[in-house]
Amino acid sequence: MKLDAKIPSGPMAGKWEKRKFEGKLVNPSNKRKYNIIVVGSGLAGGGAAASLGELGYNVDCFCFQDSSRRAHSIAAQGGINAAKNYQNDGDSVYRLFYDTVKGGDFRSREANVHRLAEVSAAIIDQCVAMGVPFAREYGGTLANRSFGGAQVSRTFYARGQTGQQLLLGVYSALSRQIGAGQVRMHPRTEMLDLVVVDGHAKGIVTRDLITGKIESWAADAVVLATGGYGPVFYLSTNAVGNNVTAAYRAHKKGALFANPCYTQIHPTCIPLSGDHQSKLTLMSESLRNDGRIWVPKKQGDTRTPGDIPDAERDYYLERMYPSFGNLAPRDISSRAAKRACDEGRGVGPGRLGVYLDFRDALSRLGDDTIRQRYDNLFDMYERITGENAYNMPMRIYPAIHYTMGGLWVDYDLMSNVPGLYVLGEANFSDHGANRLGASALMQGLADGCFVIPYTIAEYLAGTAPGEVGTDHDEFKKSQNEVSDRIRALLSVNGKRSATSFHRELGLLMWEKCGMARNEAGLKSALEMIPALREEFWENVKVTGSGNDLNSELERAGRVADFLEFGELLVTDAITREESCGGHFREEYQTEEGEAMRDDENFSFVGAWEYTGETPILHKENLEFEEVHLAVRSYK
Amino acid sequence: MILTLRIWRQKHARDKGRFETYEMKGVSPDMSFLEMLDVLSDSLVDRGEDALTFDNDCREGICGMCSLTINGVPHGPDQGGTVCQLHMRRYKEGDTITIEPWRVSPFPVLKDLAVDRSAFDRIIQAGGYITTNAGSAVDANAILVPRADAETAMDAAACIGCGACAASCPNGSAMLFVAAKVSHLAHLPQGAPERAQRVLSMVSQMDQEGFGNCTNHSECEAVCPKEINVSHIAKINREFIRAAVKSIF
Ligand SMILES: Cc1cc2nc3c(=O)[nH]c(=O)nc-3n(C[C@H](O)[C@H](O)[C@H](O)COP(=O)(O)OP(=O)(O)OC[C@H]3O[C@@H](n4cnc5c(N)ncnc54)[C@H](O)[C@@H]3O)c2cc1C
Ligand code: FES
Repeated sequence: MKLDAKIPSGPMAGKWEKRKFEGKLVNPSNKRKYNIIVVGSGLAGGGAAASLGELGYNVDCFCFQDSSRRAHSIAAQGGINAAKNYQNDGDSVYRLFYDTVKGGDFRSREANVHRLAEVSAAIIDQCVAMGVPFAREYGGTLANRSFGGAQVSRTFYARGQTGQQLLLGVYSALSRQIGAGQVRMHPRTEMLDLVVVDGHAKGIVTRDLITGKIESWAADAVVLATGGYGPVFYLSTNAVGNNVTAAYRAHKKGALFANPCYTQIHPTCIPLSGDHQSKLTLMSESLRNDGRIWVPKKQGDTRTPGDIPDAERDYYLERMYPSFGNLAPRDISSRAAKRACDEGRGVGPGRLGVYLDFRDALSRLGDDTIRQRYDNLFDMYERITGENAYNMPMRIYPAIHYTMGGLWVDYDLMSNVPGLYVLGEANFSDHGANRLGASALMQGLADGCFVIPYTIAEYLAGTAPGEVGTDHDEFKKSQNEVSDRIRALLSVNGKRSATSFHRELGLLMWEKCGMARNEAGLKSALEMIPALREEFWENVKVTGSGNDLNSELERAGRVADFLEFGELLVTDAITREESCGGHFREEYQTEEGEAMRDDENFSFVGAWEYTGETPILHKENLEFEEVHLAVRSYK
Repeated sequence: MILTLRIWRQKHARDKGRFETYEMKGVSPDMSFLEMLDVLSDSLVDRGEDALTFDNDCREGICGMCSLTINGVPHGPDQGGTVCQLHMRRYKEGDTITIEPWRVSPFPVLKDLAVDRSAFDRIIQAGGYITTNAGSAVDANAILVPRADAETAMDAAACIGCGACAASCPNGSAMLFVAAKVSHLAHLPQGAPERAQRVLSMVSQMDQEGFGNCTNHSECEAVCPKEINVSHIAKINREFIRAAVKSIF
């Protein structure tokens, strides 16, 4: 299979203009004849459904929560980037582009990233027009803050609830289209299969989560915006419902899965407290603007933090990365924390934690300023740990947070299956091997509101509307497969809950394929995962029936997919014999423990084809015209 | 800790439902309330019984999905938090805890502790937005918003749409939810052109959904996990009168 990214020719800064000009259009009166399915109602999916509805297309939008407003985008805290240069501090489209390619450790596609930076400004304009209450200065203009991996202030925010406010903006736009009858919303409906007819994506099969009804939906194009797969590690900062099912089902129907091993660890999460734990809570990275990270210099120091004088503290990020300090990118600060704990200098229960200390900021700026900036985060921390961070430093530890890998897409965000588009965290395209803070929200809205409305027309213009209906055999076949699988899950009647398998898989993934990976560990994971999967299908216990609201059944279906997908993730990690971004192979590091890329052999996107047996690797070579390949240094 | 849990179990929307009592051993103070229910639910599955159904997703107080009434109080005893943020260190050995779904007729129970809140979506669809198509916006800094207004708008916009306000109200009113959206948009210049129509449509939809009238009990403010102030209800009342007067003349 030849992977053609369909990148427009010509200079980088003109590619998107060129693409927009040369792309085919669907004339306004024909748009209503086309049906588009959008799976997902987060920033990417909700944005796409609303924008496509505004253009006059007929849209069906699906989500598994009880309302489109609850998509996981709601949980983003810190902010959204845009190259507005409102601070007059030297920002530009080119700088945002450059920072993102460098931040991604030179494993993203330049043309996509440039477009992302180009449309970023329009996103902020649109959000303000929709009524998003961003933070403002006294003069009434928008306020900014800085985020990890950048030396300019380009992050827009709404207190610590930026994702919520952006998603509610999108939700209101979507609600307007639903009210107008242009979009039909299907909440509590889970996509369980993609239907491909003659090589083209023509619809989906879903399960109504209340009645259990299995249904077919036909369309002229299918857009997946189903978010990330972080919970393959069981514990992560993601909502507990996030899953890989939609993307993985599409993968089984022919869509290539790109770079599954690129997973991001977030450095500032609340450490684990016990076996019962169902998720890890993120403390927004924006805290690193005012908090200083340290561990005791001495191993096994059990003094309370206040008793440890400055001279006996190691502010290791400031020491190792003087120009970025506490704002060093996520992968770098996460590994530094792991190293400190591995050296026996961790703090708190289990010694798996480092301090994030506000003492200096509190004395410099006063309690009120800090309260204004971070009150809800301090509050959240206290609820979970019972500790007050105004009086003592927070304890933090890295956790799985975001997944850069996803379904392979070309410049138009179309997968290798014609008619199947993939947006937001579910695709692989913009963040390379590491995502910079505040760039996922930007990508979700860019893909949904400013890219897909243009690029989907190219495909639709070449397709007669309503060619295939749900009476086609492929729909029946797919429905039968879905029903059989549900029956199979219900009939195992073994001894272990789906959650217990999920927990075991997660622990295994975290230990063998988490913050640091090595060949021996990955090999053992490749033996353990299939064995666990086999046990699952012999010993899982799913109670209840398939004909009503059954959260156990939903969970079991998702865990079953994670048990297959986990193997693909590990296979990708073992194949990539280099360290880059979030993928750190212990064999490939410098003497100081920094990641060592191998540009000669691994400057490619690894896109995997499903075969039922050993997956086949297809490579899209990455070419860098603008940003020079360099060792990513934040010193 | 050992606790006694009285939990509402209901097979489906038409089932009458009843309380079941469970003895819960080994509860750690570090567990969240929902994690405790996970453990209980898992043990039910182990015994071959139906798992416990309760809505939840983000488990950090922002998605608005979790919706439990604990000892008669939506979201339980902690002020300004959702039930997914509640931790078991709030309880002590031997406590009995009663757990029910939201109890308000426009939110029918689907199963056990999960309810149907689509009425809230329909209220927003009736007018809880600003009409602006993607791509049509002016430069963001062309619209200046005084900081105080932006802050007040944000206070109201913090609503997570969980429905605790309606569940706590003796009249089953959704006024705080509707007021939060109306007030958020009324405090911003972008919201001005549709200001009158918005409040009329949303209030009319709220009535159609069967929510009761607001008679200023303020129970809603007390349980709101985002501590949204009833002053927004005063704001919506002014907005409503202003719009109604305008529609007469
Ligand atoms: C705690 C936290 C904080 C974050 N903070 C930031 C931040 O400050 N800045 C930033 O830029 N990024 C942040 N991120 C990342 C960012 O929030 C996400 O990457 C982004 O919101 C993903 O958006 P999305 O639209 O792609 O997917 P999501 O918002 O995850 O939406 C997925 C949608 O797909 C639906 N779905 C999934 N599977 C199915 C199925 N099988 N059938 C039907 N529907 C399905 C879901 O119901 C949902 O509607 C944060 C992430 C986390 C976890
Ligand atoms: S689960 Fe999201 S607010 Fe409680």
